[in-house]
Amino acid sequence: MNYFKGSEDYVLSPALRDNVNVSIALERPLIVKGEPGTGKTLLAHSIAAGLRKRLIVWNIKSTTKAHDGLHLYDTVQRLNDARFGDGDVSDIKRYIRLGTLGEAFKSEEQVVLLIDEIDKAELEFPNDLLNELDEMSFYIPETGETIKAKHRPIVIITSNSEKELPDPFLRRCIFHYIEFPDTELMEEIVHVHHPKMEKGLLREALKRFYWIREFDMLRKKPSTSELIDWLQALVVGGIPVKAIEKEIPFIGVLLKKKEDIDCVEKSGKSHYAFNTSMRTRDVY
Amino acid sequence: MFIDFFFRLKSYGVPVSMHEWITLHRALSLNLNDCSLTRFYHMARSILVKNEIFFDKYDLAFLDTFKEIETTDEMLEEILSGLKKVKELLLTEEEKREMEKLDLDEVLRNFEEQLKAGHYKGHVGGNKAIGTGGRSTQGAWGYNPAGVRIGQGTSRHRRAVQIAEKRSFRNYSSDITLDTRQMKVALSHLRSLLPIGLGERLNLEETVDATCKNAGEIELVWENREKKASKVMLVMDVGGSMTPYAELAGRLFSAASSQISKFKHFYFHNCVYQELWTDIERNKSVSTRELLKSEDNDYKVILVGDAEMAPSELTWVNGAIDYWYRNDTPGIVWLERFRDKFKNIIWLNPLPSRSWEYVQTVRMIRGIFPMFELTLDGLDEGVKYLMSGRCALY
Repeated sequence: MNYFKGSEDYVLSPALRDNVNVSIALERPLIVKGEPGTGKTLLAHSIAAGLRKRLIVWNIKSTTKAHDGLHLYDTVQRLNDARFGDGDVSDIKRYIRLGTLGEAFKSEEQVVLLIDEIDKAELEFPNDLLNELDEMSFYIPETGETIKAKHRPIVIITSNSEKELPDPFLRRCIFHYIEFPDTELMEEIVHVHHPKMEKGLLREALKRFYWIREFDMLRKKPSTSELIDWLQALVVGGIPVKAIEKEIPFIGVLLKKKEDIDCVEKSGKSHYAFNTSMRTRDVY
Repeated sequence: MFIDFFFRLKSYGVPVSMHEWITLHRALSLNLNDCSLTRFYHMARSILVKNEIFFDKYDLAFLDTFKEIETTDEMLEEILSGLKKVKELLLTEEEKREMEKLDLDEVLRNFEEQLKAGHYKGHVGGNKAIGTGGRSTQGAWGYNPAGVRIGQGTSRHRRAVQIAEKRSFRNYSSDITLDTRQMKVALSHLRSLLPIGLGERLNLEETVDATCKNAGEIELVWENREKKASKVMLVMDVGGSMTPYAELAGRLFSAASSQISKFKHFYFHNCVYQELWTDIERNKSVSTRELLKSEDNDYKVILVGDAEMAPSELTWVNGAIDYWYRNDTPGIVWLERFRDKFKNIIWLNPLPSRSWEYVQTVRMIRGIFPMFELTLDGLDEGVKYLMSGRCALY
């Protein structure tokens, strides 16, 4: 029985660990959602490393069709071969290529399959995969062959909620929402990336980081990956702790929009003027 | 009690299906939660709830069902808190040796007995019961090599009921304000219902041509499928009572313009008259009459405003709030002209819907346009209405 305990280079919350194990035990795909930069994609890499399994990644683009993941019938190649007579045209199997999903099904040992950013594809995409993910098998009409998974792959699906996923699809999955890590967990995460970071600097930097995140008005809140880049910049730049208390060096690493940088720089010490909640105006 | 949880979830509006409920039971029969309520909380949530906007409702239902329950987590927590304030215990070598004789089974048995007898509360020192800094076989920071250590160190795990009580997902609930990202999701519904995408299509005629020119060697010619997108017009109230919402409105704009290819926006103050402004400072303007005449009527129009004004601003000639502004047609007539021109038109109101009934002008404008709250739910409903002409409310 597979039991995922985590891996060295990925810090995960107990709740997420449990959910991964629930999804493995129930043989259901795990959908991972969360703010950008909270390590959704890395989770699959960590599971593969932790369970010592091969990882197969299927990157979804806006033009990806469900069919692409199963198999491809290269008609043009066949036509070309028929025209110029090289190769055995009567054997259709030569022109069938398996897609990522097909490859995962055909694998001799169990694999971890990552379907990355499923929400990028068209709305119908997840629905087209319903049966294939349920039964873990599909049929190739050209050859009359049925590809069935020898070992059900562990399926991890990530979504940035660009689009809502269809209900029937969601019903068959396990869902996990990665919360933004709190300070404690964040310190652990930073420790994995920068093990030699000075404590005082880290504490001060984190304080500033969470302070920036508290602005309601930000168009794009800085995420974990930006924090790690920022800390790297601080270390490389040799910024003393005191400098962080006064101002925010390399703010461009954290905030990527001009309006956001203006907002933080204008604010001074408090959020007060910038966080007046707009919806709580209860006049009546 | 367990089936109650299912119906509680339903009554709080979490969409749970039988399919998922049965999956949960399968998970329970495999004991995936390891008999712990905290793990049950997370497990059940991952199986039953598929969108973070329902996490808060899940928390409420969970609290309702499991608040009174006493769990092993809870007991452990209590023992731990009793063990907190401890000093290291110093023992002589002789005493240490004496204690090393005890074996683990005996210790565990003793531990259970003590638990049953309820000896663990606030016990400090001593040789028998669980407590702090003592020499008994249970407890933390004490000395007994054969002892059972009960979860030394502070725990990051909180028990389930506490987690639910914290309601940390309240902000994800769909009935409160939006950030840019959420708005994008909602507005993308406008887009998602139309067949768009850069799908490639084989251009058959060109292919035949090219192949012939190539002396029979096949040459394929692809073309991009035509992109069809919706046309959206946003008309927004700025200034006056809308000032607090200006930022929110700005976000709506930035979200909208990145989602929709044909996008127009205009501003007004309190009510629409013969001019609409194209900038937020209201310096440049276009004539409303011209706009109504020249634009296609298949625009989806979204008006945003609090619809809160003096009734005279709607109904009077020269009723506009800016005293230098003269309008020879009452605002309400202009609004009706908007409605008559554009079939798909809605009004979004940042005020909470429970207050709408108390404002006369809101009631009047609701008589002209279908009105929705400027929240994720409201936007969703509104977009649905724009696309299909009907929704739950209208």
